[in-house]
Amino acid sequence: MNTLSRYRWWFVTAAFLVAFTLFTAEFQQAQTTAVLAATLRQSTPLVLGALCGILCERSGVINIGIEGQMLMSAFAGFVVASSTGDLLLGVTAGIACGMLMGAFLAFLSVSLRGDQIIAGTVLNIAAIGLTSFFFQTGRSLPSGKTSRIKLGPLADLPILGRVFFSNRPLTYLTLLLVPVIWYALFRTTWGLRTRAVGEHPSAAETVGISVVRVRYMNLILGGGIAGLGGAYLSLEAVGSFERMMTNGKGFVALAVMIFGRWNPIGAWGAALLFGYANAVQTQFQFRGWLADDPQFIGMMPFIVTIVVVAGFVGRARPPASIGQPYSRE
Amino acid sequence: MTFLRSALVPMLAVVLAIASGAIIIELSGLNALEAYKALYDGALADRKGIGRTLEKATPLVMGGLAVAFAFKAGLFNIGGQGQLVIGALFAGAVGYGVTGLPWIIHMPLALLVGGIGGALWGMLAGVLKATRGAHEVITTIMLNFVALNITDWLTSKVWREPGIIVRTPAIESSAEIPRWSQLPTGFALAVAAAFACWYLLERTTFGFEIRSVGLNPEAARYAGISVSRIVILTMFISGMLAALGGAIETQGIVGRYEPGFNAGLGFNGITIALLARTHPLGVIPAALLIGAMEAGGSMMQFKADVDPEITEIIEALMLLFVATPILVRWVLRRRDTSEISVGAHWGDA
Repeated sequence: MNTLSRYRWWFVTAAFLVAFTLFTAEFQQAQTTAVLAATLRQSTPLVLGALCGILCERSGVINIGIEGQMLMSAFAGFVVASSTGDLLLGVTAGIACGMLMGAFLAFLSVSLRGDQIIAGTVLNIAAIGLTSFFFQTGRSLPSGKTSRIKLGPLADLPILGRVFFSNRPLTYLTLLLVPVIWYALFRTTWGLRTRAVGEHPSAAETVGISVVRVRYMNLILGGGIAGLGGAYLSLEAVGSFERMMTNGKGFVALAVMIFGRWNPIGAWGAALLFGYANAVQTQFQFRGWLADDPQFIGMMPFIVTIVVVAGFVGRARPPASIGQPYSRE
Repeated sequence: MTFLRSALVPMLAVVLAIASGAIIIELSGLNALEAYKALYDGALADRKGIGRTLEKATPLVMGGLAVAFAFKAGLFNIGGQGQLVIGALFAGAVGYGVTGLPWIIHMPLALLVGGIGGALWGMLAGVLKATRGAHEVITTIMLNFVALNITDWLTSKVWREPGIIVRTPAIESSAEIPRWSQLPTGFALAVAAAFACWYLLERTTFGFEIRSVGLNPEAARYAGISVSRIVILTMFISGMLAALGGAIETQGIVGRYEPGFNAGLGFNGITIALLARTHPLGVIPAALLIGAMEAGGSMMQFKADVDPEITEIIEALMLLFVATPILVRWVLRRRDTSEISVGAHWGDA
């Protein structure tokens, strides 16, 4: 009874979403599957961005440069994959690019003790400038985007098979990363140190944890995950690079992180909600609802973000030392 | 002397950024000297070029002021873009929809409606922060996307000019901000706004309250200042500043509202505010600099075959250098510089 009343809003929301999905899909299995598959697809870059945010913020550093990290990595991944023809190399390049940017953010905000918001803004603006300056039209992927992998008999299950067990490699990797990061954060020494540094860096330092090292490591790791998100966009979701292709996803990922209360599992749930808002959007277009006023469909995911951030999250508590440069006095 | 000292860091940052930009141009196999010469020719060489620079600088002054003003209260307004398009569209709507008024009433009325529209849009983020604890970095960005969709819809469905092109009808001549021998007078309005902001922040009680909240919201609360009220009012004014930039653009330059209006201005506002070290009057030279780079961009592409996007890289580099504490400390030779800090308020409701 206690759990039921504690999570009653989750149940109500879930029930509402199920009913709404069935309604928009007119109770046809193919449509329902399509909406759910699109939900997962749309949520993937958000989960990756949010995981990056969680790793950074749990160690006490705000990263609003996720958008820039994803954009730059999408670009790097695409350029490498299109010139070598090797997708794996492209994904690796994307991850490496994200890690490099993470290291740079760490250099600015941890070593130089600069303002973290400004450091992140530098990443965002630099990414927009660099990717537009070096972008050339007409490039394409010789190998096409990553291909679908069916997981044996599981893929033949109705609905679930199509949604969960018949995806492309980076989507699987993302689904794997969520529990892995959760475990690492809450069940390992590294996770305990990360959280200690984020909550009370000087206390962590007195028991022998190097605040600088933990923050560097988390920012670089997080950058790699954001880079994976970028590679997902250009190499798995779209199959090419477009200017400004992240289109605010890095910022939505921040909202997802807050909504998920800095917890990987929570963030995954939140990302699914946002992915769902996007998926329903395409379903609306498909049905021809609001066809004359597509702008109202276009703004839906953003309004959902605002409502969620303002309504549900309220005063979610971030890690205590967030945003403050640390110096050993 | 103090003025010179505080201007030293931004000036050094600009020099460093331009030098690094030259290296990038050279690395991509083009002539940097030629490119910068073309940039100068396009932006400052003649009256026409200067007019173009002032045109570009006007919304930049306003966008920079919007960010700098919010910074003073510890708020990071990334919603300049959304507030700007709302202001531009509303000014355009009043500009063509209201007829028969003399210039002395019509022109300011259109400015006012545009400004109030954007102010309310900005205030929305302030209200959400003050009452619900929703962080303004997230809400203002989301509101940007919503504003773009709303203005698109209003332009294509409500205030559309008959015809194929999606845009509003041209504004009445009584709503226009005139030119003075090729020079846009809207720039003078922007300069006036900068001085008004400086006066408000430095010489009034209200400004003192804003700065107190920015420095330490907890202490401000103890001193009896209503932090919620300051947050909401600051976002209102900040939104109005950005929106006035859009309205001046509509009434002084474009003559109507078109979708795709001045994209990317939100980020430029941040760069300019930081280059100015959030000083309202410092915003003017910073905006002139970026405005000149934008004005000369097409000439640079035409004469030296350099992508105008290089200016964006240079802007990012400027921001990087101006925000790098090590440079600041090295120049000012002391540790306790009054650096801008917005990150420290991330978790505050």
